[in-house]
Amino acid sequence: MTGTITKDGSEIPLLEAEKLTKIFGTLKACDGIDLKIGTGEIHALLGENGAGKSTLVKMLFGALQPTSGDIAWKGERFTVTSPAMGRSLGIGMVFQHFSLFDALTAAENIALSLDEKSPLDTIATRAREIGQTYGLPVDPDALVGDLSVGERQRIEIIRCLLQNPDLIILDEPTSVLTPQEADLLFVTLERLRSEGKSILYISHRLEEVRRLCDRATVLRHGKVVGQCDPRTQTAASLARMMVGNDIHVIERLPAEWTDRIPLIEVNGLSQRPRGPFSVALHDIYLSITGGEILGIAGVAGNGQGELFEAISGEVLQERPQVVRIRGTDAGRIGISARRKLGAAFVPEERLGHGAVPDMSLTNNLLLSRHSTDRKMFLTGGVLKLVSESSLASAAKRIVVQMDVRKSAENPDASALSGGNLQKFLIGRELDRNPSVIVVNQPTWGVDAGAAALIRQALVDLARSGSAVIVISQDLDELFEISDRIAAMVHGRLSESVPIEAMTMERVGLMMGGADATAGAA
Amino acid sequence: MTMFEAILLTVATAATPLLIAALGELVVERSGVLNLGVEGMMVMGAVTGFAVAQYTGSAWLGMFAAILAGAAFSLLFGFLTLTLITNQVATGLALTLLGLGASAMIGESFVGLPGVRMDSLYIRGLTDIPYVGRVLFGQDPIFYISILLTIGVAWFLFRTRAGLTLRAVGDNHTSAHALGVPVVRIRYLAVIFGGACAGLAGAQLSLVYVPQWVENMTSGRGWIALALVVFASWRPWRILAGAYLFGAVTIGQLHAQALGIGVPSQLMSSLPYLATIIVLVLISRNKRLTLMNTPTSLGKPFVPDR
Repeated sequence: MTGTITKDGSEIPLLEAEKLTKIFGTLKACDGIDLKIGTGEIHALLGENGAGKSTLVKMLFGALQPTSGDIAWKGERFTVTSPAMGRSLGIGMVFQHFSLFDALTAAENIALSLDEKSPLDTIATRAREIGQTYGLPVDPDALVGDLSVGERQRIEIIRCLLQNPDLIILDEPTSVLTPQEADLLFVTLERLRSEGKSILYISHRLEEVRRLCDRATVLRHGKVVGQCDPRTQTAASLARMMVGNDIHVIERLPAEWTDRIPLIEVNGLSQRPRGPFSVALHDIYLSITGGEILGIAGVAGNGQGELFEAISGEVLQERPQVVRIRGTDAGRIGISARRKLGAAFVPEERLGHGAVPDMSLTNNLLLSRHSTDRKMFLTGGVLKLVSESSLASAAKRIVVQMDVRKSAENPDASALSGGNLQKFLIGRELDRNPSVIVVNQPTWGVDAGAAALIRQALVDLARSGSAVIVISQDLDELFEISDRIAAMVHGRLSESVPIEAMTMERVGLMMGGADATAGAA
Repeated sequence: MTMFEAILLTVATAATPLLIAALGELVVERSGVLNLGVEGMMVMGAVTGFAVAQYTGSAWLGMFAAILAGAAFSLLFGFLTLTLITNQVATGLALTLLGLGASAMIGESFVGLPGVRMDSLYIRGLTDIPYVGRVLFGQDPIFYISILLTIGVAWFLFRTRAGLTLRAVGDNHTSAHALGVPVVRIRYLAVIFGGACAGLAGAQLSLVYVPQWVENMTSGRGWIALALVVFASWRPWRILAGAYLFGAVTIGQLHAQALGIGVPSQLMSSLPYLATIIVLVLISRNKRLTLMNTPTSLGKPFVPDR
C-alpha cells in the first residue's frame, strides 16, 4: 500500500464501516471491509468486476443486510434495514443498472423515490430547476422507456439530488457520458462537495478518479487491498493495485490490407423517427473495408441506436441497396439473413436485448446462432434437435477465450456481472469469426481489465481481415482502437477522419455538430 | 316505462357485474399479480350474499358479507402466491375450481328458494322524470357503486401517489424494492381489493340480477372480466366501455332471438363475446399505448434479495 490518509483522524467520519462481511452461500462477496468517508470528500471505490463494490454499496444503502460487521453514520451505530431507511438517514444512490420504471414518465419516476407527498407538477418543476442548476436537462413528461441511457442517468441523479442527501453514492456515472457531459458532471460533483456533501464514487476510469477524488479505497476479491490519495498516484499504479498485476495495453499494429473491397456499406440511409422519442436518420453513408475499425462517436440519443438497428436488420429499409454486406444488398432482409452473410451484431443493452436475462448462457448462445451455425448446434436432420453437447463446448470455448468469470457451470445471463456478460456476448459473436461486426457501446459499465480484453479482441478481429464498426460514447476507447472516427449528431453522420489526424478537441466539435468535414480525408 | 328505458336498464344490470369484477382485477394486475380466480371469488360472493340476505332478510348485509367473502377468498390466493410463491396461473385456476365446488356445496339447500332483492333507488320527482328518470335515478345501489368505483379506480391509479406506487410495483418490482417500496404488502392489498370487487360482483348477481341461487350462476362472467382487463389495455374507462358493450350485445341478441330472427341461437349467444373481443382488439391496436400500460412484471413472482 502506498499513500496516506489525508483526513485528520480525530474528526468523526460521516460514515464508517467496520469489518463488513457478506456471504452468499459459499462466496464471500465482502470480507471484513473497513471504509471511512469524511464530510465533504469525494471518495473513490475502485475494483474490478466481482471485487465486491456493488455488494458493499448495497449494504451501506440498506438494500442488502451484512452477514456481520457494523456501520456507523455520523458517529452513531446503525443497522440500515431498508433503502427507505438509508434514504431517510441521508444516503442517496445512483444505480449503475438503473432502477427506473419504463412505463412511467420521468417525473413519476422521480416522485416515487421521494418520501414527501408533493404533487407531480411541483416535482416536475423542481426536477427541471435542479436539472438546470446542475447541468442535467430532462423533460419531466418523457416516458422513461423512450429515453437513452444518458438521459436515464440524468433522471437517476436528479432523483437522488432531490432527496437532499448527505452522502451520494454514484456507480460508474461517467460511463455513459461524453467528455463534455462528464466535465459538467464533475462541476456538479465539485459543487456538491463545496456544499459539504460527501460522495462515494465508483468508477473504473482511473484518470477521472485521479482528477476528482480526495481519497480512494481499492477492493480486490472482497477485501480492501489499499487506501490512497489518488492525486498522488498514476493511473498505472492505481490499476496495478486494483487488478493485482499490470493492465494489458492494447497492441495495435498499423492497418494493412491488400484489397480495398468494402465489406459493409451504408448508402444514403434516411429514416423517419419511429416513435415520439426516436431520432430521424438523415442521408448516412459509410463504407468499411476489411482490416479496419470505424469508430462512431456521439452524445447519447443522436441516432446511434437507430443506425445500429438499421444496420443489424432490426429495422428494415425500403431500398435493399441502402445496406450492403459483402457486396450483397441486405436492406430488406432480417437479422438472421444478415448474419448468414457473415455479419455479427452486439447491441447496447446487454440484458433484454443482447441476452435473455432468465435464460442460461448456452440457450442465449443458441438464440443468436441457431440459424448461422445450424450444422453445429442442430442435429437429427429435419427434427432439428438442439445438440446440448456442442452448445456446451462452444460456450466453454467462449468462456475460456474471453475469460468470463461465472459462479455456476451454465448460469442465467442475468446472474453474470455486466462486464462478464459483455465478454460473453462479444465472444459469442467473435467465435463465429464474422467478416463484419457492429458493436454498440462495447464496454459500457465494464471494468478496465474486461474492457481491455474486449478492445483487444476487436482489434485482433479487424487485423485478421474483418470490418469492424464500434459505436461508443467512450472517446478514450475510440482513440485506442479506431482507424477512422466519425461522429453522429442529430441523426447525421460526419465524414470519418483518420485517427492520425484526429484530436480530442476535433471530435468534441464534431459531436457538437460543428462543421466536421473541413480538412477531412 | 318505455321499451327503450327497459332495455337500457337491463343493459346496465348485465354490464355491472363485469365492470366491478374487471375493475378489481385491473388493480390486481396493475400491481403485477395475475389472479385467474375471479370466477371462483365471484361465485363465492354470490352464494355468501344470497345466504346472508336469506338469514338476516337484509340485502345490504348480504352485500357486505359477499365483499368480505370475496376478500377472504382472495387472501388465500395472496398467501399462496405472495408468501409461499406458488405459481400464479395454477393457483388462480385452482381458486376458481375451489370456488365453484365450495359454492355449490354451501348453496345446495338454497336452490329454488326465492331470494331477497336489493331495492332500487327511488327519489320522488327525479326518478319519475320521463325517459331518463329510471335510468339515472332509479337503479339498484350496486349500479351506482360500480360507476363510482370506475371513477375511483381511474383517479387512484393515475392521480394519486399510492396509485403511482402500485403501477411502479407492477412495472418493475425489483426497482420498486430497491427504492424501498413494500412490494409484497402492496400486492396483498391489491389482491384483497380485487377479491372484494369480485365478491361484490357476485352479490350483484344473486341479489339484483337474478335474486336466487343457482349452482355456477356466474356462468363464465369472471373469465369475461379477465379478458376485458387485457383487451382494455389495463385502463379503467375502456373497461367500462367494454362491459357496457358486452351488456348491450347480450341484451340485444336476447331481444333479437325473441323477435324470431332466423339465425341459430347458439351463434346469437356467442355474439356478445365476439363483439366485445373484436371491438377491444380494434381499440387496443395502438401498440405503444398497450406496451405503456401493460404491467411488465405481470405474473412474475417476487422474491426479495437475501
